[in-house]
Amino acid sequence: MTTALRLENLSKTFAVGKRLFGAPKGHVHAVHPVSLEVAEGETMGIVGESGCGKSTLARMLVGLLEPTDGTIEIAGKPLDNADPAVFGKRIQYVFQDPISSLNPRKTIRQIVEAPLKLLHGMDKAQRDDRIREIFAQVNLREEFLDRYPHEFSGGQAQRIGIARALAAEARILILDEPVSALDVSVQAQVLNLLADLKKRLGLTYLFISHDLAVVEAVSDRVAVLYFGSVVEVGRAEDVFARPRHPYTRLLAESAPVVGRALTAPEGRETELPDPLNPPKGCAFRARCPNAGARCAEEEPMLEGDGHLAACFHPVR
Amino acid sequence: MMGFLSLLARNRLALAGLVVMVLVVLLALVTPLLPLADPDVTNTGDRFLPPFSEGALLGTDHLGRDLLSRLMWGTRLSLAVGFAAAVIAAVLGAAVGIVAGYYGGRTDNLIMRGVDMLMAFPYILLALAIVAALGPGLLNALIAVAAVNIPFFARNIRGITVGIAHKEFVDAAKLAGMGNGRIILTEILPNVIPVIVIAMSTTVGWMILETAGLSFLGLGSQPPQADLGSMLGEARSALITNPHTSVVPGVMILVIVMAINLLGDGVRDALDPRLRSGALTRPMASTTVRREGPVPEAQGDAVLDLRDLQTQFHVKDRVYRAVGGVSLGVKPGECLGIIGESGSGKSVTALSVMGLVASPPGVITGGAVHYKGQDLVGAPYETLRDLRGREVSYIFQDPLATLHPLYKVGDQLVEAIRVHHRVPDKEARQKALGLLKDVRIPNAESRMDSYPHEMSGGMRQRVGIAMSLANDPEVIIADEPTTALDVTVQAQILSLLDTLRREKRLAIVFITHDFGVVAQLCDRVAVMYAGRIVEEGPTQAVLDAPAHPYTARLIACVPELGEGKRQLHAIPGLPPAVNDLPPGCAFAPRCDKAEPACKRGEIALEGTARRRVRCIHPETELEAAQ
Repeated sequence: MTTALRLENLSKTFAVGKRLFGAPKGHVHAVHPVSLEVAEGETMGIVGESGCGKSTLARMLVGLLEPTDGTIEIAGKPLDNADPAVFGKRIQYVFQDPISSLNPRKTIRQIVEAPLKLLHGMDKAQRDDRIREIFAQVNLREEFLDRYPHEFSGGQAQRIGIARALAAEARILILDEPVSALDVSVQAQVLNLLADLKKRLGLTYLFISHDLAVVEAVSDRVAVLYFGSVVEVGRAEDVFARPRHPYTRLLAESAPVVGRALTAPEGRETELPDPLNPPKGCAFRARCPNAGARCAEEEPMLEGDGHLAACFHPVR
Repeated sequence: MMGFLSLLARNRLALAGLVVMVLVVLLALVTPLLPLADPDVTNTGDRFLPPFSEGALLGTDHLGRDLLSRLMWGTRLSLAVGFAAAVIAAVLGAAVGIVAGYYGGRTDNLIMRGVDMLMAFPYILLALAIVAALGPGLLNALIAVAAVNIPFFARNIRGITVGIAHKEFVDAAKLAGMGNGRIILTEILPNVIPVIVIAMSTTVGWMILETAGLSFLGLGSQPPQADLGSMLGEARSALITNPHTSVVPGVMILVIVMAINLLGDGVRDALDPRLRSGALTRPMASTTVRREGPVPEAQGDAVLDLRDLQTQFHVKDRVYRAVGGVSLGVKPGECLGIIGESGSGKSVTALSVMGLVASPPGVITGGAVHYKGQDLVGAPYETLRDLRGREVSYIFQDPLATLHPLYKVGDQLVEAIRVHHRVPDKEARQKALGLLKDVRIPNAESRMDSYPHEMSGGMRQRVGIAMSLANDPEVIIADEPTTALDVTVQAQILSLLDTLRREKRLAIVFITHDFGVVAQLCDRVAVMYAGRIVEEGPTQAVLDAPAHPYTARLIACVPELGEGKRQLHAIPGLPPAVNDLPPGCAFAPRCDKAEPACKRGEIALEGTARRRVRCIHPETELEAAQ
């Protein structure tokens, strides 16, 4: 099993209240040092709620944001300069909002052609052949090529977005909430298409979502993000069936499920900690039923064998 | 292009402006071909001839030059200078604005502070200073006018660019290998051109005036060359004795600037996407009702009873049947779920109840909404207004959009109470505080003074719920109230709604697309597809044994936690457009059980009062399922 993507201590800090001269007022640690490995052909699910840093992480992985610290390695080769054009050939991004990720003033052909022309320098005939091939792969009709994005439904637009990512011939796709803007019946179409493409083309996916059921349905392994840190990582079935971190358990219990009575899974104050003034120790302790004295003092590290959790009092 | 022209032509004033401008520009273009006297030849013997004199239709000026000829040549020159200045200002200003907006950060800061400095000078003073430095002359006046207008374009375009530069398609372009220059030219520029055109069309008039102003002061065109400003300036001394010399160029300036401004406003209205979608046509206070046919009677003991409700959107010559005959009822203390995909008509159904569908284009074309025996469809606005919020209240999806950003949440709650109850401010504040406590907001006292942006999404939605409870309504209509929230927060909000409904015996109509939410909260559920209810019944019965193939397959599409990695069931195809519904069952084209009979006539919603389905080949027989 070869490693397709390796992150080592990748972190991002944003300065807040920047001034023209002088130091900024404060710093927000959007992503705390994160280390992850994704094997080739694997789907790694990344779960977390809004504000947990999952989009920041994803944008660093494709070079749209420069990491503050840490390294990204793709297929054994480090990528240290944040240049999306360099990243683009190896790793591509599928956006959450399919319509707004397509320029409203360009035809679909112009959109899908751009990576072929700029990343691979293909001539017109080669491009036309390749586009035909890609469109067949994502089940889109070629007559769509000369239309504009607003003429498409969400599901079709998302397939166009996937086609664009495939055109770059990257082996790794970052899927940032690719189905959360779609209706359930269409959502399943897109998820199945993604699974099919992965099998046929041997792709590696990083699947980011807030929807646990969707992540479970597509992922081999799952990482749970809370307040910018990975709090639990392991095989999907282990993480959801036997969560070790209390936050993962809270997430799993909060997801509405047919046939389970309605209970508020937590009674305490449920606000996320203030990112400008992060708490000492474990960020989850204010919401945690298992929190003890040690949680307020030390920051827990990811521990375990295969199924890791960052918790001093893991759920058993 | 044709669409743009027809939109423009709908605005009568803009059309008039266009006609006048076309005439003026045509005349200016053909001026050299016309048999006019030389505009610069002086003939002091014939000075100050009145209009309609022999050989001088508009008379002559103080040097005996033919005014008509000077007017034509002067107009030509003024227009050319005005347009040139506008084009130069637009190009430079847009370039500065795009660069500042796209790069952001320090680049933006430095450029925009420079632009601010330029704007800090009164513009005519700045223009005078530029001309003074460069020396008088038409070309220098043009440069001055263009320069003072650059900031206007730069600021305008920068604002638009900032919005576009953060759009996902720009990120996608970066990942497709585009450099910054290419992104600016091929991704950003095409999206800001409409704004540039709008800004230009509304400023050309100014620029013509400003050039005329400089010429009037003798800093623009130099004698003997005529432009409209210098003609006015030279006629100033004879204003009382020979007014026609000033009136002629003055009227021309008036006509040109008026026409350009009217046309410019029209161009803006036709190009601006927000205005084009009808935002300018203010919706009426309640939905238009054009009901044909009899008013259905209320049935059963429901507090809110919808009977065969039909709501349509009339856009140009298309009719969208958003709600095509929906009958529903909800009893006190009951929670009714309406589930469906986007475009199924679930929200329009909810908004129709209180006449909140925007009109135009919405029209309620049939059916009735009985609230405690009173028909709300077609009820006078005063009645609806009195009931809105007091008897039937709404909770919307996005609390950030429904709360006013500039008022404290406490004040907004107080306002909601005092709209319906004439109580002293103090009493209303007490009640508002109680409401915040009811929805379990921690530190309710201090939260009264918070602004919406200071709260998290979950807290804001709690305020939204508190506001809907403000007047102790009987019915709450919740339109996807938890869709924008995180799952942990959603669980809290749902359990809060459930508790409130039991405590206060509220009837809740809960609109959602999530079966899990319906299963946990609702007693009964109605499934909507293409504007109609396809299945209705007790939640448990519908979820355990869905009778309509659409319900069954929709449930199968939803991944559920605990089932592991797997292939999902999908429904092929797309829901039909509601302006082009197929005859018979709307789901038939996507249904694998469809037969010719499904695509023929109307299919009725049949069954018992408890459990009904609109299908001739249901998945399970209803009698057997019960």
